[in-house]
Amino acid sequence: MQIAHFTERPVRYLAEEPVLENRAFFGVSNKYYDREKAAHDYNFYLDEACYCEEVGFDAVALNEHHGNPFCSGSVVNIEAAILARITTKAKIVIIGNMLPGVKHPLRVAEELATIDTISRGRLVTGWVRGAGSEQFFNNANPAYNREMFNEAHSFIMDCWTKDGPWRYEGKHFHYRHVNPWVKPYQEIPQQWIPGVLSAETVMWCAEKQYPYLGLGTALGPTCDLWDMYADKSAELGYQAGPENFGYLLPIFCADTDEKAQEIGKGFIFGGGQNAFSRPEHTLPPGYNSKSAIRMLGQQPGGSWLGVSKEKLMAGADDSWDASAYDGLRAKLVAGYEKVQDQMQIVVGSPETCAQKIKDILSVIRPGVFTCFAVQGNVSDKDRLRSVELLGKEVLPDIRKFADEIGLFGPFDRTPGSVKLAPGTKRAPVVDREALAKLNLS
Amino acid sequence: MATWKEETQNLAGSDLVMIRGGSGKPLLVLHDELGYTGWMSWNEELAKVRELIIPLQPGFGKSPRQDWMWRHRDLANYYLNVIRELGLEKPDVLAFSAGAYTAAEMAAANPELLGSITLVGPMGIKPDEGEIFDIFACTIKTCLRQTVFDKEAKEFSEIYGGEMSAEQFEWFEDARAESARLGWEPYMFNPSLPDLLRSAKNAKLPTLLIRGSEDAIVPQDCIRKYHDALPQADIVTIKGTGHRPEIEDSAEFVAAVKHFLA
Repeated sequence: MQIAHFTERPVRYLAEEPVLENRAFFGVSNKYYDREKAAHDYNFYLDEACYCEEVGFDAVALNEHHGNPFCSGSVVNIEAAILARITTKAKIVIIGNMLPGVKHPLRVAEELATIDTISRGRLVTGWVRGAGSEQFFNNANPAYNREMFNEAHSFIMDCWTKDGPWRYEGKHFHYRHVNPWVKPYQEIPQQWIPGVLSAETVMWCAEKQYPYLGLGTALGPTCDLWDMYADKSAELGYQAGPENFGYLLPIFCADTDEKAQEIGKGFIFGGGQNAFSRPEHTLPPGYNSKSAIRMLGQQPGGSWLGVSKEKLMAGADDSWDASAYDGLRAKLVAGYEKVQDQMQIVVGSPETCAQKIKDILSVIRPGVFTCFAVQGNVSDKDRLRSVELLGKEVLPDIRKFADEIGLFGPFDRTPGSVKLAPGTKRAPVVDREALAKLNLS
Repeated sequence: MATWKEETQNLAGSDLVMIRGGSGKPLLVLHDELGYTGWMSWNEELAKVRELIIPLQPGFGKSPRQDWMWRHRDLANYYLNVIRELGLEKPDVLAFSAGAYTAAEMAAANPELLGSITLVGPMGIKPDEGEIFDIFACTIKTCLRQTVFDKEAKEFSEIYGGEMSAEQFEWFEDARAESARLGWEPYMFNPSLPDLLRSAKNAKLPTLLIRGSEDAIVPQDCIRKYHDALPQADIVTIKGTGHRPEIEDSAEFVAAVKHFLA
């Protein structure tokens, strides 16, 4: 198994009220930006990554978002390039480069090859379509998102494998002289694809034999999706295994359960992941496939965008009422307990964390496990203590358990390397009996 | 009620679904960026004197999407071919919002093929003052409410007030997606259009510009810029209405259109 540490690098000096008032992180005004505190944070997160390597994480993972204090990483390749030089053995996992938003795949190919070269082959790269809000921030036409993603990915693979110079005239991208004088140090870096239950993405991963990383998705639907991946891979003639799957889980560890519970509330700061962006920014036009739109339309109460006679005629009520703050916080705290019951956030002492992680690993059997660090305004000291406890006390236990139940990571066994003869029944990739025992509602 | 029917014809290389109703000289009607809203009272009134031909824009659910259409200019040239293949003799064009943007592109490309253009709340030209409202960065509810000044307008709630069916929802999303394909960037305007309209100006193509006085989607300056490009245009402002004067004050709207087309 490969175990990674991941952080969104939250803006930690931001008060909660502007986020609640805005009803989302995306769109909070950057008038709250603080140059000094930001300089501290950007440097701290790099140092934190080095400490992760020191205490035993196999990899440090990072991503990017735009116009959003939920994640201060806006240009992930710059941070990854610094890590390439200041770390020595950890894999540098980028989950990922949002190809439709960057709009310049040749530049992305060069940047990633540079990172892989400086790190002497420690890059694991990932590709994302970008959240809905990213399409607005980058003025990337959401109706062409999937097309641009596929074309950019294919082009980058050619950049890394074809000798130049050559010319490229595609649908969305055009280059008259492709001949990058930097190539990846590895022949082709591994590509891990993060996602939140998109069937199209899972099928694409299965076709490419890329590990798919579930981003804290509920365990039941995650099992369904991984079965879908495994069915497709069986069709394509290989047995999917743990090496094809990764899972990212919000985890905060402290010396005691009580302390962890208190500080772990950072995960619900501002509404947490659910408040990433408002609906109008989450689902821009054409961003979802026809089949996904059809599924949305058929959900109970299909007028989910708010068009019913009453809602249409009702006056707009978007005003912020500061007196609602306590009530909102109470709701968030109730939600915090619920997601822990659902095992979508793990918070506790090393013993508590280790047991819950093992329960989760038993069900979804991933070969990559990623610890998503706490959000919110948590101090350097508390964040580093969590890293230390995870690295020194939880990880050894997890590794031993993963070995016992055969969780091969993608660096232990090449994804797609276990061939399956036509007509052979595939082996299970998840343990639904273990899921049932968890009694998740 | 005038009889109207829905029909599909293979035109200009693809199937096109059209609503046709009324009798008289053809009036080609181009719906807006959210799609055809159904046969309303203004359709009924105009159908007494004209044959209304309302193509349902390719990609908007019923007419299949054409992958080659990247811009409103492409759609405009498609519609010009539709006119040719239908054998329409200099039809008048009545067009709304982004549909009016398409109609302006048609006029720029081939003004001799058209009898006149009536542009209602036209997108297509970047205003110097104000901005064309971004319909993609809001919920459907916000967007729909933004389109009308009189939110109690009877036909507004008739069109949008009911619970949306799964099928309608899918059409709505199809419309938004296709509108994004054609108009995401630059947002709902063509920087070249004012210059391209020189052909329609030189041809003295009869033009009517209609705007609701309280339009919160298309700023007043868009009308000014259109008038700069097409100085022969008449301008009608319908007081107390927003972006949908045809349903907010259909009597005034119909009177203005009938007067222009007479």
